[in-house]
Amino acid sequence: MKFGEFGGQFVPEVLIPPLKELEEAYERLKDDKEFKRELDYYLKVYAGRPTPLYFARNLTEHVGGAKIYLKREDLLHSGAHKINNTIGQALLAKKMGKTRLIAETGAGQHGVATAIAGALFGMKTEVYMGSEDVERQKPNVFRMKLLGAEVIPVHSGSRTLKDAINEALRDWVATFETTHYLIGSVVGPHPYPVMVRDFQSVIGKETKRQLLEAEGTLPDCIVACVGGGSNAMGIFYPFSRDKVRLIGVEAAGRGIETGKHSASLCAGKKGVLHGMLSYFLQDEDGQIATTHSVAAGLDYPGVGPEHAWMKETGRAEYVAVTDEEALNAFALLSKLEGIIPALESAHAVAYAVKVAGEMEKDEVVVVNLSGRGDKDLEIVMKLLKL
Amino acid sequence: MTTNMIEGQSKSYQSYPETPWLVTFITAGDPDVKYTLDYMLALEKYSDVIELGIPFSDPMADGPTIQKANVRALKAGTKVRDVFNVVREFREHSEKPVVLMTYYNPVYVRGVDNFVKEAKENGVSAMIVVDLPVEESDPYLKACEKYGMDTVFLAAPNTPENRLRVIDEVSSAFVYLVSLYGTTGARDKIPETAFRLIERAKKVCTKPVCVGFGVSKDEHVRELVRAGADGVVVGSAIVRIIEESADEPELAVGRIEEFVKSLRNGLVD
Repeated sequence: MKFGEFGGQFVPEVLIPPLKELEEAYERLKDDKEFKRELDYYLKVYAGRPTPLYFARNLTEHVGGAKIYLKREDLLHSGAHKINNTIGQALLAKKMGKTRLIAETGAGQHGVATAIAGALFGMKTEVYMGSEDVERQKPNVFRMKLLGAEVIPVHSGSRTLKDAINEALRDWVATFETTHYLIGSVVGPHPYPVMVRDFQSVIGKETKRQLLEAEGTLPDCIVACVGGGSNAMGIFYPFSRDKVRLIGVEAAGRGIETGKHSASLCAGKKGVLHGMLSYFLQDEDGQIATTHSVAAGLDYPGVGPEHAWMKETGRAEYVAVTDEEALNAFALLSKLEGIIPALESAHAVAYAVKVAGEMEKDEVVVVNLSGRGDKDLEIVMKLLKL
Repeated sequence: MTTNMIEGQSKSYQSYPETPWLVTFITAGDPDVKYTLDYMLALEKYSDVIELGIPFSDPMADGPTIQKANVRALKAGTKVRDVFNVVREFREHSEKPVVLMTYYNPVYVRGVDNFVKEAKENGVSAMIVVDLPVEESDPYLKACEKYGMDTVFLAAPNTPENRLRVIDEVSSAFVYLVSLYGTTGARDKIPETAFRLIERAKKVCTKPVCVGFGVSKDEHVRELVRAGADGVVVGSAIVRIIEESADEPELAVGRIEEFVKSLRNGLVD
């Protein structure tokens, strides 16, 4: 299953059978009443769904344009949207008879969400994390350990997220019979991009219902930040056939022209990595670049193939916001609405403010607030003068 | 497929199927591309086929030994162009087959057609693309057909018979049997999975089958040949010699030659 030419299963032969097994299990269970009921239960009673769709009156007045609504994934258990996917995949893995979960993590949010799912379903959990990131994200490393997971530092390559993915894949090659590789975003070989999108689509489905209730219409525009792309695809996908403008915001870091960024769609080119054909930041030989963003969750040199396809077909637009703009939005939302967003989500807030400012007062912009910013305080303390 | 590596090459090496092949691997550009030609010539003396790896930033099928070789090669500034140059230089000294091993991205970004053409023009005999399964290989197979490039696809211990058949069909030079569930890297013992895979593959494949991953001594070579392998691939054990000679890379030349000579003992009973 592909998205135009994007996606696919570009993996060594040994992973073809486990991917097939995963695809079959997913196809079988995704429409199964019992599986859906159980998943629904955990999302509601354990994780706290549905999340509110909040009309940000103060922010809207400040901007003076369209109405700005915030989809509050920051209010979910663990503080980010990641858990929608980890509960879904862990439950699936459990049904498949797997006893062990492995995951990659950059900043640690997906690692934490996986550790939580592992604890919840009684599965041994091991998280691969680049040794660079292990140093930078000590609280999340400790969190994972507290939750019963083992954190395995990755010392190879550039020692960041892409290398953690490589190491998780190496592990899976040897352990797939007992182990499920819980990928954290809409990336990787098929069926992952579809499966993760489906699990995250609860965001967009709820948003549609909630906005209809609040405003009697569909939104005019939806804005979300894009790292691998899971929170964005989760809110976009249920609107793909509607007349709604979809905007994905990538990390421009210190500025695209500096080369210190993570804007794969804005500044990358087509390539094949981590099992998929998509857009990547890379040199002329195809060596994958190291990336930068103040938001570690956006620090990935690729992007999900469905986003690549949406860009290609023009269904969605992709833009980039700098560290500085994101930090300003971080501070703005905190002061105006009393909500401290994750630095990743702050990228979406920053662009939404721009876009809303150019729209009519009766129009509606929904921003996916993919996470809360408690995890970012140490970083922000050093960068923002208060 | 057009050219068969076995027929197309000359008399300077023992031809299949009388004697099994010894296939030896190094990462090009490790620790610097200026040593690669000499290392290839050192391998050439006692090998039948040389496998040369294009260094890549994300070698996900490789274990620590070859991962580090990739890092060294890239740190030294090795470019794809350099690897092609080295093969061309090698060709001035030897007609032994050179199999280029790479991940798909370097091929894809250059343009599959361009890459295969350039590789062929510089003397590459066959290619292995590690993360390109049969399903995704149409443009690649077209280009290989067009330029007379031989192909090698991989099969793993969990590859079912129907897939083995397809892999055999699209591999024109040989089928690479991955001996175990894991990455590259020398092991102490050849695992059971290797022998079972050889047995299954020999029943289904029409092309020669070469076994690799974990092979590190002449004992292993002997065991695998006895079990029916038409060829054996040794990589990490050789790359380790290069790693250990880091302070004086020229010394690796003699050490590599000695080691491959010892491996060759495994081919003769």
